[in-house]
Amino acid sequence: MEDTSKAMPVPKRSLGAWGLIAVPYFWLLVFFLAPFFIVFKISLSQIAIAIPPYIPTFDLSEGWSAFKDNLAMLSFDNYVWLTEDDLYWKSYLSSVQIAGVSTFLTLLLGYPIAYGMARSPKEWRPTLLMLIILPFWTSFLIRVYAWIGILKNEGLLNQLLLSLGLIGEPLTILNTNTAVYIGIVYSYLPFLVLPLYASLEKLDISLLEAAEDLGCPPWRAFWQITVPLSLPGVIAGCFLVFIPAVGEFVIPDLLGGSNTLMIGKTLWVEFFANRDWPVSSAVAVILLLLLVIPIVLFQNQQQKMAEKDA
Amino acid sequence: MRNGPTWFNVTSLVLGFSFLYLPIVLLVIFSFNESRLVTVWGGFSTKWYGELFQNQQLLDAAWVTLKVAFLSASIATVLGTMAALVLVRSGRFVGRSLFSGMIFAPLVMPEVILGLSLLLLFVAMDQARGFWTVMIAHTTFAMCYVAVVVQSRLVGFDKSVEEAAEDLGCPPAKTFFQITLPIIFPGVIAGWMLAFTLSLDDLVIASFTTGPGATTLPMKIYSQVRLGVTPEINAVCTILVGLVTIGVIAASLVTKRQQVQRERDERLAFGPH
Repeated sequence: MEDTSKAMPVPKRSLGAWGLIAVPYFWLLVFFLAPFFIVFKISLSQIAIAIPPYIPTFDLSEGWSAFKDNLAMLSFDNYVWLTEDDLYWKSYLSSVQIAGVSTFLTLLLGYPIAYGMARSPKEWRPTLLMLIILPFWTSFLIRVYAWIGILKNEGLLNQLLLSLGLIGEPLTILNTNTAVYIGIVYSYLPFLVLPLYASLEKLDISLLEAAEDLGCPPWRAFWQITVPLSLPGVIAGCFLVFIPAVGEFVIPDLLGGSNTLMIGKTLWVEFFANRDWPVSSAVAVILLLLLVIPIVLFQNQQQKMAEKDA
Repeated sequence: MRNGPTWFNVTSLVLGFSFLYLPIVLLVIFSFNESRLVTVWGGFSTKWYGELFQNQQLLDAAWVTLKVAFLSASIATVLGTMAALVLVRSGRFVGRSLFSGMIFAPLVMPEVILGLSLLLLFVAMDQARGFWTVMIAHTTFAMCYVAVVVQSRLVGFDKSVEEAAEDLGCPPAKTFFQITLPIIFPGVIAGWMLAFTLSLDDLVIASFTTGPGATTLPMKIYSQVRLGVTPEINAVCTILVGLVTIGVIAASLVTKRQQVQRERDERLAFGPH
């Protein structure tokens, strides 16, 4: 995610070179950027029993005065509604909290894996790397589904623990927040391990050797050398887990319970069950604003890293 | 400094990889379970696979999903490769930062937002929803992944070869197809595969943008999973996991061989130093 444009000259362009820019640019403007304006507009509309289920719909064929009348009908009522009904802000808070806790747990589990990979013999590393990437290619839905059979009351985990005599009665894990944590950690682990491994592998071993020669105990060398130098990888990995986890839908829906509030699920229910398009649009706008800050921070950090490498 | 793996490193790798693979392995094992009770082993059987091929709805959904994935991955690869060329080669132009922003934002954007916004666009355009709208939606987010993959390939490539061709009077389009494309081809293939699997896998965006007659396999799986775990679904998942695993391993072997071949070619071309 580097921006190298400043170093580049402004070339003279042929028609073909302009076409090269125009085609993907136009596609993204129409199918990525324009939809956000529509979402924003509909978030200012009202729910209606009609097709599509909101008013006003802008029909330019009705002329300018009708357009102006429609414009006057837009209001911020949906946003006021979001602050009044505590379901929404509780969903936002709980999404951020669940994503935060899961990111921390992913880091706890991912750091030793990335560290072990970076310290493994060189000829193992491509295989280990592929083993980390492979689950990323297999279906997200399937990987989440696989946990249902393990975590449910009569599931494999409870069967194992009961037969070992570790527990007297089955643990209730499925349909609780614990299951959501497990699901997020499991699904997003590769996203954290990959950047972390990249920065741990680059680490200069001679620094650790120097510390050891000077009598520094290994745990101290780890905290004072390895951890600070791997920090860019830690930050990149945590963003890659945290940002998508906040808006996650499949995991809380399949593994979470009725009291698991996450904003992605709230938006889904608002749209598909309540068919309230204006309110779900308003939820989406707020979620987007909430995520703009971490996304921008992430982009800046990536850019800084790219500049340092260059 | 000790070299080689310590017990701590080996333990964390073994535990970490077991955590990653055990659930999938269990799912595969239980797809061969004779018993309908998914978590009680009742003997080996392949009957659930046989039943899959009787389930017309499931087969239809699989066919729709493959068509969407193939088309959207192909278009996304063309658009994404163009976008990568623009990012790496086009220098400055008006709106460049907006362009790169639009490439990177979909990578981290929650799927519910992408799905909802595209649906509202299609409604505003008065477009009937179905196969084509899902295809366009998948193309849009997949092209960004393709752009990132191809871009990383373009960055580490020796531009002087292209410049030499142009100095010798080769037109830009011919330079692209004869020199640039063969060099970045592994990246383009990797991009296509990524786009294909992303489309194959997507539930959320497809649910928002689909219409009657275009139910995809993930949507079908999802609606059944909500009712509980069944051996048929285990069997479908096993087939999907198997296909993807074979694909990824085959692709990595091919790229590895191409890399060895290219290194040999380069040694021959530049001679011993």
